[in-house]
Order: sequence, then C-alpha cells, then structure tokens
Amino acid sequence: MNPLERYEPLVDDVAAFRAACDRPLPSVVRVNEMAASPAHVREAFDDEGVAYEPVDWHDGLFRLPDGNPGGNWPYVHGWTHGQEEVSVLPGLALDPQPGERVWDACAAPGSKTTQIADAMDDEGTVVANDNNLGRLSALRHNAERLGITNAIVTNQDARNFSTKPLAFDEFDRALVDAPCSCEGTCRKNPDVVDQWTLEHVHAVAGIQKGILARAVQATRPGGTVVYSTCTFAPEENEAVLDHVLEAEDCEIVDFDLPLDTAPGVTEWEGETYDESVTRAHRVYPHHNDTGGFFCAKLRVGGTGNTGVGA
Amino acid sequence: MTDDAPTNDGQQFDRLPETPADREVEGRASRREVLDWWDERFGIGPSVFEEYSFWEKGAGKVWIFNGEATDPSEVEAIGMTFLRTRQEHWKPTSRAATRFGGLATTNVIELDPEQAVTFMAGDDQDLPEWDGDWGYLIATHEIAGGEAPIGVGLYLYDELRSVVPKGSRADLPTVE
Ligand SMILES: C[S@@+](CC[C@H](N)C(=O)[O-])C[C@H]1O[C@@H](n2cnc3c(N)ncnc32)[C@H](O)[C@@H]1O
Repeated sequence: MNPLERYEPLVDDVAAFRAACDRPLPSVVRVNEMAASPAHVREAFDDEGVAYEPVDWHDGLFRLPDGNPGGNWPYVHGWTHGQEEVSVLPGLALDPQPGERVWDACAAPGSKTTQIADAMDDEGTVVANDNNLGRLSALRHNAERLGITNAIVTNQDARNFSTKPLAFDEFDRALVDAPCSCEGTCRKNPDVVDQWTLEHVHAVAGIQKGILARAVQATRPGGTVVYSTCTFAPEENEAVLDHVLEAEDCEIVDFDLPLDTAPGVTEWEGETYDESVTRAHRVYPHHNDTGGFFCAKLRVGGTGNTGVGA
Repeated sequence: MTDDAPTNDGQQFDRLPETPADREVEGRASRREVLDWWDERFGIGPSVFEEYSFWEKGAGKVWIFNGEATDPSEVEAIGMTFLRTRQEHWKPTSRAATRFGGLATTNVIELDPEQAVTFMAGDDQDLPEWDGDWGYLIATHEIAGGEAPIGVGLYLYDELRSVVPKGSRADLPTVE
C-alpha cells in the first residue's frame, strides 16, 4: 500500500496532494545571515551567474533551479546552507534569542542548529545533540563551515539526556525535530514511501514521546519547546503531543507561520486527541509547493516568564 | 603518582590558562599567547576575541567558543576549531580564516579570480609577486563588491600552497 493513501481523508484536495507528492522539489538554500545579508548573497549569485528565485514567505531563502547548492562561491564562504524550505519552520517557531540556552535534541546534520545559532547571532549557547555519531560529524562540518562558535555538540540518547556535561541544568528553549517516518520528504526521496511500515510508525512514536517529554522536563518554567516532524502520520504528531500534554506540565500555544497550513487533527482511526492540538500546523505539499511538515509550539508550565518573542 | 603534573587529556576540552604563568599542563598555549599571535600575525586585536573562550582538546588543537561551558567539558565539540598549536609555526584553521580573517590587516594575500579557483581546488601555485612574509597567510578574493577570505595558504619559496581541507575543496567557476 502507498502510505500516502491513508492521509487522503485528512486533506482538502486529494488529487492536488497526490500530484504535488510526485513532483520533485527544487534545491533551496538558506542565507547564513550572521555571515552575509540576503542582498549580498543575491549580488554574489548575480556576479557568478547562478540562477536563483526568491521564496515569497522568507527573504533569506533562495530556490536554485539548476541545483548544485554547494557548487558556488557564496556556499564556500559559509554564506549559504542547503536546506529545504519547510525545514526552516521549526526555527521560526522556536524564535531563539541572543544569549539564551537552547537545546536541539535531535540535531544532526545541523540544518536547524545552524539556523538557531544564526538567529541567536552566535551568542548564548546552543547544545546540539544526536544519538548518531556519524551524523554528528556532518553536523560539525556544517557548523564549522558556517562559522558558528556558540554550539556545544553532545552524543546522547535524547530520551534520557543528562545536563551533567553542561554549565547549566535548564534550557530557555528546546527543539525536538524528531526522527520520523518521513513521508513528507517523498518529493526529495521517493524511497521513503516504499520503505514505510505501520510497525515503524508505532515504534518511532514511542521514541518521539520519550524525547518530547525529556525536552519539556529540561526546559525552564515558561520556556518554549517546539516539536516538528516531516511525517503526516497523526500517530507521530498529534498523538505524541496528546501524550506529553497528559504526562508533563505544558500546554500547546497558538503561533503563526508565514505560509498556508492546516490545523492539527483531533481524531484519527478511532482515537481522539486534546482539542489544543489544533494549534499545531500541518503543512501539505500542494498548499505551498513544498515538502510535507508538522510543527507545534509548547509552553512549559509554571510561573516563569515566557521571554522575548515567545 | 598524585604529585605528577597534570597532562593533556585528549578526551576532554580544557580551558586555556590565562597567561603562561598560569600554565599547569605542559606545552599548552595560554590565552594571552593566542591573542598575541593573532595580533602579531594578522593584525586582529585582542578586543575582537574578548567575549570568546579558548579550549584545547587533543594535542595542540585549540577551539574558540562563545557560550557557557564547564571546565573541563566532556562533550564532542565546543565551538569551532581555531588554531593548531604545539608546533613551531602555529596554523590557523581554514574556518577561523573565513570567520575572522576579514578583519586581518597583515599577511593577507589577495588572489585574482583564477588564482582563487586554483586555491579552492586545493592546488599549489607559483606566486613570485608576493613580497611579504613566508608562512601561513589568509587568502582572500573579490566577491560581491568586496574582498572576502577563503582560507589559509602556506607561502614558501615563491609558491602558495593551498591547505584547504579535502572535504572543503571545490570546483568553482572563475568570476571576473
Ligand atoms: C529529522 S532528523 C534531524 C534533522 C536535524 N534537526 C536538521 O535540521 O538537520 C532526526 C535525528 O534524530 C536522531 N535521533 C534518533 N533517535 C534519537 C534519540 N533517541 N536521541 C537523539 N537523537 C535521536 C537521528 O540520528 C536523526 O539525526
């Protein structure tokens, strides 16, 4: 069975959804604004004759119709990073500020870590963790190429992450960009559809719950936790949120994203979820011609202040 | 063996001592020496690095960090690699050169478009016209209306050796 079929009841326009899933995605780069402005990168692309198109909802993203995001001078200078459009959304939702303590629980290969460091203007501390050492070496390479100096890299299972190696024991913000069944990346990597199994969905949902719960625990009262995946499966999205709402002291908050999204769903295959999961955003490929994505923003309970921009 | 002097532990990151007088681990560079070196070699003054801390892991590799950390730190990485010490001629990393090299005022070699392409491909080239110091230089080229650093070269006997690490070498177009 093609797993995309199971999500047809959730989408508004099935034909458009399926057609979009079959189209390849263009290469996209994000500007590393601590090194160069979008205008500067445009000028460098113009001089070099690199074709690019703006992305209307984010001025630091460029689509490169000829591909090869690493084969140009701005990349060599660490001014750009190849990153799918939807992949910048959790960083926008997290909204990290210079000087803060931020945890990127599932960080490799570092697209979002480097975006977070950039938003922090390379000030404060971002702890980039992943349980896969090989993928962490890709993260380190990316962070160095982009000139990031405020990251600490750790190699732990995020479900029982220990803050012992750190100089503090609470974060202001945490991002859980969870391992998932990834159907949302089918436009880049069609194999994910063939390898999909329901057993894997259930297994990975258990891991997601463990990591998100730990992220809530490790974040200070009033702090922000963002949960994101590139799957459409409610088992890995709304069900994970619903579980953590019950188990930990936190709430899902409203937030805006700069593109068209659908709300989280409250019912799926006989299960029902807390009403507040509708505050999460589902991004379908046919709405903005992107990959598929899911993103929710949580506020950790208690009386701490929410901080700038949360 | 409790009264042995502390030695360099390759498994953890240790903060550099403030000055040579504070040094406990043999051979470890001090913060003062690192700052002096950047100032003397490239004209990048200590104030640029005021907010940063410096760490050693492994023999001589110095990392630069702009966050909060314990000393020592048992983690995979802290900030970015910055400088290779514990050798006669200290060597800045290519990434340190791209990150901070734009502020350099001495020992900067401006490459023309073709030379820049050769450099990034990892190839050595004859550059007899350079009449500055030998040793490690910051290489720059012109892009988008300004000079910008692309890495570190080793200048010896009329030749600029590219020391761009393998994983960062690239085939790039010549931009006139
Ligand atoms: C979606 S990817 C992260 C992508 C990354 N945030 C980025 O933007 O480049 C999920 C990551 O979770 C990691 N992972 C899986 N299980 C984990 C666990 N229990 N603890 C920590 N990381 C885990 C995987 O190794 C993988 O790198």
